[in-house]
Amino acid sequence: MARITFQKLEDHSTFFWGLLAAHAAVIALGLGAFLYMEHHGHIVTGMNNAIVWGTPHVFAVFLIVAASGALNVASISSVFNNLAYKPFARLSGVLAIALLVGGLTVLVLDLGRPERLTVAMTTYNFKSIFAWNIYLYTGFLIIVAAYLFTMMDRGMAKSGKATKTMGWLAFTWRLALTTGTGSIFGFLAAREAYDSAIMAPLFIAASFLYGLAFTVLVLLTVCRETRQQLMSEEMVTKFRNLIVIFALAVLYFTTVKHLTALYASEHHGVEAFILRDGGIYTFLFWVGHVLVGNVMPLLIAAFLSGDGRMFSGRQGLAIASVLALFGGLAFIYVTIIGGQAYPLELLPGMDVKSSFLDGEVASYAPSLPEVLLGLAGISIAMLATGIALKVMPFLPTGIETEG
Amino acid sequence: MRMKFEIPDDHACAGGKGCDCEPSVAHVGAGGAVDPVEVGRRWFLKTAAAVATTVLAPGVTLMTFAEVDAAHAKPAGEAVSSRRRWGLLIDAAKCKEGCTACVTACSNENGWTSTGHPATDAQWIRTLKVTSRSDGSTFQMPLMCQHCANPPCVDVCPTGASFQRADGIVLVDRHICIGCRYCMMACPYKARSFVHEPLQDQKPYAPRGKGCVESCTMCVHRVDAGGTPACVEACAKTGNVAMIFGDLNDKTSEIAMRVATYRTTRVRADLGTDPGVHYQNI
Repeated sequence: MARITFQKLEDHSTFFWGLLAAHAAVIALGLGAFLYMEHHGHIVTGMNNAIVWGTPHVFAVFLIVAASGALNVASISSVFNNLAYKPFARLSGVLAIALLVGGLTVLVLDLGRPERLTVAMTTYNFKSIFAWNIYLYTGFLIIVAAYLFTMMDRGMAKSGKATKTMGWLAFTWRLALTTGTGSIFGFLAAREAYDSAIMAPLFIAASFLYGLAFTVLVLLTVCRETRQQLMSEEMVTKFRNLIVIFALAVLYFTTVKHLTALYASEHHGVEAFILRDGGIYTFLFWVGHVLVGNVMPLLIAAFLSGDGRMFSGRQGLAIASVLALFGGLAFIYVTIIGGQAYPLELLPGMDVKSSFLDGEVASYAPSLPEVLLGLAGISIAMLATGIALKVMPFLPTGIETEG
Repeated sequence: MRMKFEIPDDHACAGGKGCDCEPSVAHVGAGGAVDPVEVGRRWFLKTAAAVATTVLAPGVTLMTFAEVDAAHAKPAGEAVSSRRRWGLLIDAAKCKEGCTACVTACSNENGWTSTGHPATDAQWIRTLKVTSRSDGSTFQMPLMCQHCANPPCVDVCPTGASFQRADGIVLVDRHICIGCRYCMMACPYKARSFVHEPLQDQKPYAPRGKGCVESCTMCVHRVDAGGTPACVEACAKTGNVAMIFGDLNDKTSEIAMRVATYRTTRVRADLGTDPGVHYQNI
């Protein structure tokens, strides 16, 4: 078996520093947005008493879901013994941690009382899925860090036993984590758009897709920096096939979720809202989530890329990944914002009106501070990954390319 | 000292153990005659007690004369008991369309006000205009925190800031609320508000804070002192008397007897939250 060697990012190209600087600038803007929101209160956001979770939550949940999925590659190598993925296992672990940190930062900075984070970490109501998630998130960070250690420690890596054990633990934990994230919505009995056990597997399928897309895009970006081909053609094909499988899984769970809801008369209202009458939410569901986020990546990865096709394998993989991520944001937006926009059914069979805007579709427009805070979450993840790749050997060495 | 006392024509109570007459009512002595000594003694004792109380200990004992139900006043420091379950009964048939007395009273009592932005303003109680989809009939009803026995807001709160007292009142501990708003996602009644802006001039008994979630407290400060919620009091003053407050566990209370006698409805009872607010005629 060929020995895998790893490298740090050694070059100091303008491209790399430019990228880091751009992410640092977005983070600075995000922090400014946070301070602005913290000072004035959430009145300066688009959120209100009906849409209580806005754009920051969309980014936060998206990143948290992607984080667990980013661990896919490491899991395939350690848990399912597929050695082809082993060179990318370290990057997969680093990216998982970075994405989770990015998502959690946004989540915390959007709290009404962010300075009470210590309260959240010391005072628990164990009946709350949110409280479980605090353990699932911190546990994930610790376990993946330990998993990385077992991969990088010479002695442990040689025997492979510790890596396999930690790989299994991390894999189990990431499934629990995404189940927990999906259940934040699945456990909401009062909200017709959620309230379904299928939210958990749907989120797991989505996490596979978004996590893989992030991994692939980071790999393609650092290929440019290292001037090496880090992925063989065989790997490009494998990743394309995974995108096809994961997109199919997301489409399957999405279909089952909505078919089940459509079968029950009580959910006809909310289903008509999301699927037909919801304006921006309907558009984002069909065009954003279904078409851009799943059908197009699936078609591009399966039929339109590869030798002799419209796109090269790498191009197809890059385009499919970018589309999957945009579609992912649309999916989380429809889930979180669309689910809240549909009014609560207070008295079934009755129409209600009030000064509190009961019975009306809630209006929401993302404000600039919210968007900046959300984007800062992605930049935190990318900057952290970039720095990590620079200081430690997480990247495999590849085949030199011209340039 | 001889005094004149009026005795109602139909009054033939001799007083003593078990007498439930008003204190001003004189009693009939043995054989149906008014006992002037007994009456005079009572008058003296009552007057002396009132004078002593007023002069010596006004701050401590004036509560005795206040318009509160001393029977349910909770001494400070005494734990809340699950023997009681405070609740409300609201008769929609008596809730007059356009009347917002309960809303105004709650706002004045607890210090939440409108800034003209209904989407972001706190509203601890609001009136719903309800129209039946099948027959077009309409009615009005107030809606506030339903003080559920199985409150979803309490279940989902990560820090335990949303909590339920033993007597059924659901509150938010503003010291440990981190403003995550998960309780607002979970509440089936949209009963909770998030404080979107900085606040001034808060009521000492109803502390509020920017970045925290809040809702109807069932005027817990009044209830613990033996009073009734401001909304109930205001509704009674209008003459509509659409709201009754009381202990649902006390079989002899008006609310418990009416809940036992009439068919009442609870909002989204299908969710199993077991609300403490009952409605009639909805």
